[in-house]
Amino acid sequence: MSDPNDVTRRTLLAGSAVAAGIATAPALAREPVASRKTSSRMTPKMPVSLTVNGQAEALTLDPRVTLLDALREHLHLTGSKKGCDHGQCGACTVIVNGRRINSCLTLAVMHDGDHVTTIEGLGSPEKLHPMQAAFVKHDGFQCGYCTPGQICSSVAMLGEIKDGIPSHVTDDLTHVEFSDSEVRERMSGNICRCAAYPNIIAAIREVHEA
Amino acid sequence: MRPFTYERAASAQAAAQAAVAYPNSKFIAGGTNLLDLMKLQIETPTHLIDVNHLGLDRIEKTPDGGLRIGAHVRNTDLAADKVVRRDYAVLSRALVSGASGQLRNKATTAGNLLQRTRCPYFYDMSKPCNKRKPGSGCAAIGGFNRNLAILGASDACIATHPSDMAVAMRLLDARVETVDSHGVTRAVPIAQFHRLPGDTPHIETVLQPGELITAVSLPKPLGGRHLYRKVRDRASYAFANVSVAAVIGDGFQHFAFGGLAHKPWRVEAAEGFSGADAIAEAVLSGARTTPHNAFKTVLTRRTLGAVLREARA
Repeated sequence: MSDPNDVTRRTLLAGSAVAAGIATAPALAREPVASRKTSSRMTPKMPVSLTVNGQAEALTLDPRVTLLDALREHLHLTGSKKGCDHGQCGACTVIVNGRRINSCLTLAVMHDGDHVTTIEGLGSPEKLHPMQAAFVKHDGFQCGYCTPGQICSSVAMLGEIKDGIPSHVTDDLTHVEFSDSEVRERMSGNICRCAAYPNIIAAIREVHEA
Repeated sequence: MRPFTYERAASAQAAAQAAVAYPNSKFIAGGTNLLDLMKLQIETPTHLIDVNHLGLDRIEKTPDGGLRIGAHVRNTDLAADKVVRRDYAVLSRALVSGASGQLRNKATTAGNLLQRTRCPYFYDMSKPCNKRKPGSGCAAIGGFNRNLAILGASDACIATHPSDMAVAMRLLDARVETVDSHGVTRAVPIAQFHRLPGDTPHIETVLQPGELITAVSLPKPLGGRHLYRKVRDRASYAFANVSVAAVIGDGFQHFAFGGLAHKPWRVEAAEGFSGADAIAEAVLSGARTTPHNAFKTVLTRRTLGAVLREARA
């Protein structure tokens, strides 16, 4: 980030937004109508303590702030993505107290005291998590937007199989084992518009077998 | 979302008292349905009462050999519970056929029962909906109603209840345990818990204002073969077109159906018949279909047939 030549997707988009200002102006002009309605009656902000990727964070948030927005807009951890914002696509998947959840469908204030792991906490560009490395190796993405959610989901999902949690395709409820059909079923909450599914399954299989 | 205030309740009764004190409040547990609806401003509570920290997350045996499931046991934990998998497998099967792994990790037992319909017109704020806005009309009747109710519906509403878990709970004769703001408890048989739409489709259960679900209890295990077969438009992560829960043993058979009505559907009198045709005919008696959803009668019979074949296999 300190290298001025290092252009991240985020800084690039921020620059493009200015250039595209004229084209988006009508959309921006419409937006404040909804905001005005809500800003007339503000609710008091509340303190929220989270441990995110091992680091203690103290925030003061409007109770309406979702866990996803707290991570992205307040802690600037923009790896977790906002896709549908309704729990349908899985792009916002993070791991809370060891469990994968849709961070868009839960309020930050409900997680006071909780431990959150995002894609930034799994690995770094210098030291990839094995699941990240496997996604790269197997080409488990094209545009990459769903990928942080896919990877957080995959890591927690392998834990669920290990813990013997059954799924819809488990023949014997008392005997859970890894298979491609188990992975397909268990990953159905993570949508990939580029349809990289076969490669995602190959990546997950490699990590499972390692 | 519209602005709201938030509190964490310290006890079940305190939560019920807070709900009485704030008339436009909602309990929040998993939040996976409520927050979705709040973002769309279909639900607009001004106060949220977080009930996640009441210790209602345990599963324990009852003195009569049954099981008491805390209201806030997560769907994942309930499906994976060793006793549930062994003795109430139809419940495990129903749970894992619903939603996604992420949602099941959050969604609770009580919240699952209280899920609101997925009728597309309930979600579409530009259309009339008697459930969302009483008296405004029903756009689903005469609209695109392919996945809506064929049983127990009314001229005001043809919405379905979306839960799979509730279908298994209906088959198992679960009881919904509650507490009110005075500390008074009661146990409502699941058959009476959900209401048919009638002319008040916005009132979906018999819960009174402020009444909080504390547990769902099951009678002692039935034995027999437990099956849950769900037919949907995708292989995974979709609501049912039709689902059949079945427990079939020596000399008895029980069935409950999802995707057909405003509540899980069970016709005990049909369970004395033999063969899918006779059972389905009794279950579907009184069905009112539209050109879009008439397929559900055929699909119910065939899904039941598949379940009976699987039970014999």
